This record gives sequence, structure tokens and C-alpha cells, in this order.
Amino acid sequence: MPTSELMNDLLAEAAQQEVIGRLHRFQLDRRDLLKALGGGLLVSLAGGSALAQESGRRSGEHELPQDVSAWIHIGADGRVTVFTGKVEVGQNIRTSLAQLVAEELRVPFRAITMVMGDTDLTPWDMGTFGSRSTPTMGPQLRNMAVTARQMLMEAAAQRWSADASGLAAADGRVTDPKSGRSLAYGEITRGEKLERVVSGDPPFTPAIEWKIAGTAEPKVNGRDFVTGRHQYPSDIVRPEMVFGKVLRPAGFNATLVSADTAKAAKMDGVQVVRDGDFVGVTAADPWVAEQALAAIDAKWNVPQQISNRELFEYLKNNPENGGHERDDVEQATPAELQQAMAGADVKLEQNYTVAYIAHAPLEPRAAVAEWSGGRLTVWTGTQRPFGVREELAEAFRIPESRVRVIQPDMGSGYGGKHTGECAIEAARLAKAAGKPVKLVWTREEEFTWAYFRPAGWIEIRSGARRDGTIVAWEHHNYNSGPAAIASPYNVAHQVSQFHPTKYPLRQGSYRGLAATANHFARESHMDELAHAVDMGPLEFRLKNLTDERLRAVLEAAAEKFGWGHAKAAAGHGFGIAAGVDKGGHVAACAEVEVDGGGTVRVRRVVQAWESGAIVNPDGLRNQTMGAMVQALGGALFEAVQFENGRILNPHFAQYRVPRFKDMPEVEVVLLDRKDLPSAGAGETGIVAVAPAVGNAIFAATGKRVRSMPMAAGGELSS
Amino acid sequence: MNDFLLKINGADVPVRAPGEETLLSVLRNRLHLTGTKYGCGEGQCGACTVLIDGVATRSCQARLATSTGVSITTIEGLEHGGLLGPVQQAFLDEGAFQCGYCTSGMILSATALLHDHPRPTDAQIVGYMDGNVCRCGTYPRITAAIHRASQLAVAGEKGGSGHAHE
Repeated sequence: MPTSELMNDLLAEAAQQEVIGRLHRFQLDRRDLLKALGGGLLVSLAGGSALAQESGRRSGEHELPQDVSAWIHIGADGRVTVFTGKVEVGQNIRTSLAQLVAEELRVPFRAITMVMGDTDLTPWDMGTFGSRSTPTMGPQLRNMAVTARQMLMEAAAQRWSADASGLAAADGRVTDPKSGRSLAYGEITRGEKLERVVSGDPPFTPAIEWKIAGTAEPKVNGRDFVTGRHQYPSDIVRPEMVFGKVLRPAGFNATLVSADTAKAAKMDGVQVVRDGDFVGVTAADPWVAEQALAAIDAKWNVPQQISNRELFEYLKNNPENGGHERDDVEQATPAELQQAMAGADVKLEQNYTVAYIAHAPLEPRAAVAEWSGGRLTVWTGTQRPFGVREELAEAFRIPESRVRVIQPDMGSGYGGKHTGECAIEAARLAKAAGKPVKLVWTREEEFTWAYFRPAGWIEIRSGARRDGTIVAWEHHNYNSGPAAIASPYNVAHQVSQFHPTKYPLRQGSYRGLAATANHFARESHMDELAHAVDMGPLEFRLKNLTDERLRAVLEAAAEKFGWGHAKAAAGHGFGIAAGVDKGGHVAACAEVEVDGGGTVRVRRVVQAWESGAIVNPDGLRNQTMGAMVQALGGALFEAVQFENGRILNPHFAQYRVPRFKDMPEVEVVLLDRKDLPSAGAGETGIVAVAPAVGNAIFAATGKRVRSMPMAAGGELSS
Repeated sequence: MNDFLLKINGADVPVRAPGEETLLSVLRNRLHLTGTKYGCGEGQCGACTVLIDGVATRSCQARLATSTGVSITTIEGLEHGGLLGPVQQAFLDEGAFQCGYCTSGMILSATALLHDHPRPTDAQIVGYMDGNVCRCGTYPRITAAIHRASQLAVAGEKGGSGHAHE
């Protein structure tokens, strides 16, 4: 995909995640940083490079010397420090990005330290989402690593009065094979300050020659996670720190009528903070803080609001402006579509729905905020530390230069931690308390006051010839989003359109975004159309598919599963589905059992995955498997229930997430395309499971379920 | 506020706090043993699991006043002299985590399981572990890690020299 289309996709996604704008932002003087780092070699990437457009400044401003998107520093001791605004949330880029740097720099993996997501130390970055870390930050870091290696070789050549092209770099040393002379990288810099801004695109080491990248390097700080030593945002402790609690409204869009805080204010060491409708407390003692919050008697005015029962009618009947057709697929005109449909032997029209679901990261939102000398520092869990810095600066009307956001590797996000609510609340309380404040949201707060994956109503109309050729396809998505809305199959005339609507709950990003909803609808419909023309679901897909990468994963999943050979037992059924988004190609085969009472059990899922050259096969396998497991929740039982501005199931006891007992046999087939650039792999692995399961349910029961979740409460939805 | 004496990871630890405060809050907020995690506060996710006299217990449901006179083990107490316990080592070897936030609770629940069933079946694993949520979805790897830990523990007993190796 050309860069411009990638940027368009990214901007569309950014718009949906409310992070558009502010793509131009950078305030750090790297000279200060170099001073802090001491001597050594510092290589940075110019923002003008095509690679740097998503991080740091965009093209047109690259003449600015501080306009860089990432840094690599090599100290006199040979330690390599990589600075990136991306964050580690469990997807394993702290390890995989370091592998790429080690590979290109020719240093041992253990020589690398990654500094991530600290707004005072790392260059500006839009955020860690959209499966962009591997395909964009990866090449940016490789670019700088190659340049650093070349600089070190040139410096060594100069020292030895040798020809740089005759030298070799390996294992953190430059060696002259002729004379046998050798210098460690740290010795070459001799503690001098060497700087270079990279703007070219030097040749990368081909994946086929990788020795460190491409291997199953274990998670870099894995030991800290099995010993409890790793400090998550909610584990941060500061001197003099006190504990905060925030009073929550009785419902969404509520206004505060009255709040009697007298009783709370009398408690030992309690401070009450009231600022408009914001009411919170702090206390030196964690127990007292909880008691003080409970002692506040508040009255709220909650307006009438719709419930999940009216949700889909509401989405259909409340259009908003701003819908658009995909410009990367040629859209048929109404006349063309009508004509194509008229030539179809078989026509189908079906609607699909997807419920609101929650991210439910196991670590809820947490922040520790500290004001000192007019500067604000916040440790918090977020996928967008620079976005949260901006939110904080706006909330407190201070320049961003006086705000620092630090993101300790956090307890996951799945697209759910783009925003800075908890950081702002902690900072507001800390400002009043005059001391650092820790605020950790409760599970109920996280289920209620974060945001949700958008619900959606999807209409598909299709036509095919008797021989199985798809001739017309119309796909309309209301509210859930445009991601992966265009069909990857060969359709002569198609329309794929996203229709924004008004919506009742705060909604935002999620792993895979609407690609899950759009694949569920499309791949369920493909199954229906295959049956309508009396073809096997795999055969029908392959007949209408020329995308070699998608064909390859379909065939790989089918082969591993035994598709076409195995026969389903009584009450069991097999289903298949495939899809592509953000460079990730995926296919899944599922075996489902539905008993006489309608209880659905997924027995086996095989998923084939291909996202170009594999950077870390163990990490990729882990991500793919995790996405499959998470997908089961949305496919079968996850749904946010709400009424009159209240979430009705804001607890794990009521909101069912996948557990051990839900586990099918899970198998992953990875296809390693060393000839293709590495794409991101955190998201698209989630899209194929739901339709594969739905198609398997149909095979088992003859019943087509067109709503996610398909088995809320454990039993087949009607 | 009252004075209590807890026994945590083999040490006597005095605590001054209300008796009705949760053990989880005491561990995290007063003793800075932050390896034990808050996930739900309702005993539904297992992130706060500790061992009380060897039994996997949700520390968010246990009260300080009733946690005296028993032996409490947290994730910080499983490593001895720089050597990981067998379950810790197995989780590391299998890469049985992503964000790692559930890992402490998983390791302690698995430790209790292996105490009761040194060679557990998959069904026994589900039975013991179903109350522990991994939202990243690493259950298949955790199951593999528990089987591996079982083998490590058996091998360790035979060899009599512990089970730590990198």
C-alpha cells in the first residue's frame, strides 16, 4: 500500500479514536538529553523521512534540527539505549523492537535498553495503536541502527587509516579482518559526543539473513513478571503520597444537584475537593479515603436515556454526517450495482449486529500525580502518553513543557487506554492535597467510566451466479466503523460504506476496531452465500479470491484443521472464515459443539497467520493465540448491558470474559514471509474467530446467528 | 486502627490498620508488597491471589483481622536466594504471560494446585484455575506452564538440588 493510503487509513483511525490533530508536536531539545546521557554516539531520525511521518513531525518540517522521531544512543561502555514514544502493554515490542536494533547495529541483544513512553525522555509519538509499532517504528529504529553502525565503522577506519568498506561489524565491535585489529563500539566513541540526524533510507539487513531478529528471544524482563517485581502504574509509590477517590455520578450525563461532604471532611486527614461537578477526596490512609468517599451524600439528576434493548433501532434511525465510502476500493454506482444484481442467480440480504463490549484490561486505570515547582509529573497506564500530556496541559491550563507523563509497562489496554481521565483526576486531587496522589479506578469504575468498543448494525446485500461467482456486494456499517469494510474477494461491483450515527455510550478504540464486526458480517454472509449456491465454504471463498496471501492462510488453516477430510460428530459443526487488515492475513477453522439445551462449546480453533517477515515467532504466536482467546469472548458472551445512563453489568461476575473452562484446543500456524515487510500483529488476529464459530454453529444446528455475542448466557442466542 | 501481627513469607510483620481492611490493601498500600494485584475487589478475577496456610485465597476478600495466626505467602515469597520456584521458572520458560498483570495470581493458584495434585490433569487445572482471569488470553500457555512446573518439581525432588536454572 502506498504511504499516502497508509496515512489516510491512519488518519481515519485516528479520527475514530479522537486523537486527530496535534500531529505536529515536539518540544524536547536533544542536546539536553545528550548532556544527560554523557558522551557517546547519538543517532536520530529526521522527521522528513517517509518512515517518520507517524512519529515526530511530518514532512515539510524536516529542516528543523530537533525534528526527530526516535533516538539511539551508544555510550562509552557500549550500552545501547533506544528512545521511542511507543509503549509496552503486553504486546512484546520492548523485546521485538530491541531485536531489530540489535540486528542492524550488530550488537548482542542484551546490550540494548529500551526507554519507552516517557514524555520527557522520548520523542513525540502519536500513540501505540493501529498495529503500527512493527511496520513504522521498526523501520525507523533499523534506519538509525544501520547509520550508527556505518558511523562507527567510518570512525574506526579513520582511527586506523583504513578503508571503511574493508571493515566488519559484529557483536558490538568493529574489526579489520586484514590486520586483526578490533575495537568495541564504546571504545570507538571514546566518550566523545558524536551526533547525526538520519534522513536517508540505508539498506536494511534482509530478513533471510537475520540472526537476532526473527528468533524466539524471550521477553526481555520476563523474570520481573514472575517475581512480582515489575512496577505497573498502580504500583508506583512516591514520598508523602496520599490516596485519592472520586465521587461518580449516578449515571451518564448526570448533573450534580447537591453533595453533602461535611461528614467526610471531618475524618482524620481527609481533604475534600470540589470543582464544579467534580468531587473527590484524599487521605493519607487508604482505608480512610474509602470511608470518606462513602460518607458523601450526593444527589444527581440523571436524564432519561436509551437501553441496550433499543440500541440497534437507535443506531439505524439516528444518522450523523461524515459517512464515507472507501476510496481504496472502486465503488460501484447505484446503477451499476442494480444492473449487476439483476444478473445474479442468487440474491441474499441480511443484517448483522455487534454489541457494545468492554476492554476490561486486568489493570484498571491508575495514576500517581505529583506537582513540584509548578511542574506536573504523572505515572499512568496509557497507550498515548503524549496525548495524555496534552489532556493534562489543557485541563490545568499549563504549557505541555511543564507536564511529564511516564508510562510504566502496564497491565494491558487492547485499545482501551487511549485517554487520560484517571491522570487528570489524580492531578486535580494532588493539586488540592499539595502532595502526590495515587488514584486506582475500581473494576466498576473501569467498566463504567472508560469507553467501549462501538456497537454496530451491518446490512449486506449480495448477488452471485449459479457457478459461485460473486457479482455484486453491498456492505453498510452503522456506527461500529470502517475498518476492513471493503471485501477482499473479487467482486466486480461493490459498495462498502460506513455510516456514522449518534450513539448512546462513550465509545472508542479497541483491538481490531470495526474489523471484527465487518469480518463477522462479511464472513457469515459468505457462508450463507456459499450454501445458497450449494458450494463448500472453502471452495466458494477460493473461487472468488486471487489475493495470494489470503489464499495461503486459508489453505494453511484448512490443512492443519483437516478441513474437508474430518467429519463432524453429532451435534458438532465446522466453520471457516478469513480476513485481512493492517497487513495481517488470517484464517480460522473452528469446531463447535451445541448440545440439546443450546449450550455452545467451542472445541477447537486452528488459526493461520501471516504478517510478512516474523520478528519474533514466540511473541507472534503468543499474540495470535491471545487474540483468538479474546475473540471468543466477543463472539460468544461479552455484551455491555445498559439502561438510563447506567451500566447494568459492571463486574466480572456479570460481564463474562473467557476463562480456562472456555478454552478450546487452540492451534496456531505461522507463515513466515521473509520476502515481505513485517506488519503489525497485535490486532487482526481477533477478526476471524467469531465468523468461523458462527459458521460452525450453523453447520452443527442449521441455525444462523447474526448477532454478536452469539451465545450470551452460554446458550445459543435466538 | 489496631495493631496486628501478620506472618508473611516467613517473617513476622506488624501492621497498624483497621481490622476490617482487606488483606490486599494491607499488602499493597501499607507493606508495599505490590506483586499482589488488584483486579476487581470482588473475588472474581484472581489477580490478588495469595496462599494462606497453603490454600489459594483471594486477598481482596480476606480481612486483616482474620489474617493473623496464619502463614501468608505472596509472590515475593516464592523466590529463594535468587532461585525461582518451579512454577515461576515454568511460567518464564513457557512465556506464559503477555502484560503479566495476572501472573502473580496465576502462579500462586498454580502453586496450590500442584501442592494438592502434583501431576494434575487438564480438568484439575481448569477446576483450580478457572477463577483466575487472563484477559490477554494466555490460558493455553499457562496450562502448559503448570504441566512443566509439575515436571520441574518432580525432577527437583529427585535431584534434591532445587529447580533453578536459567
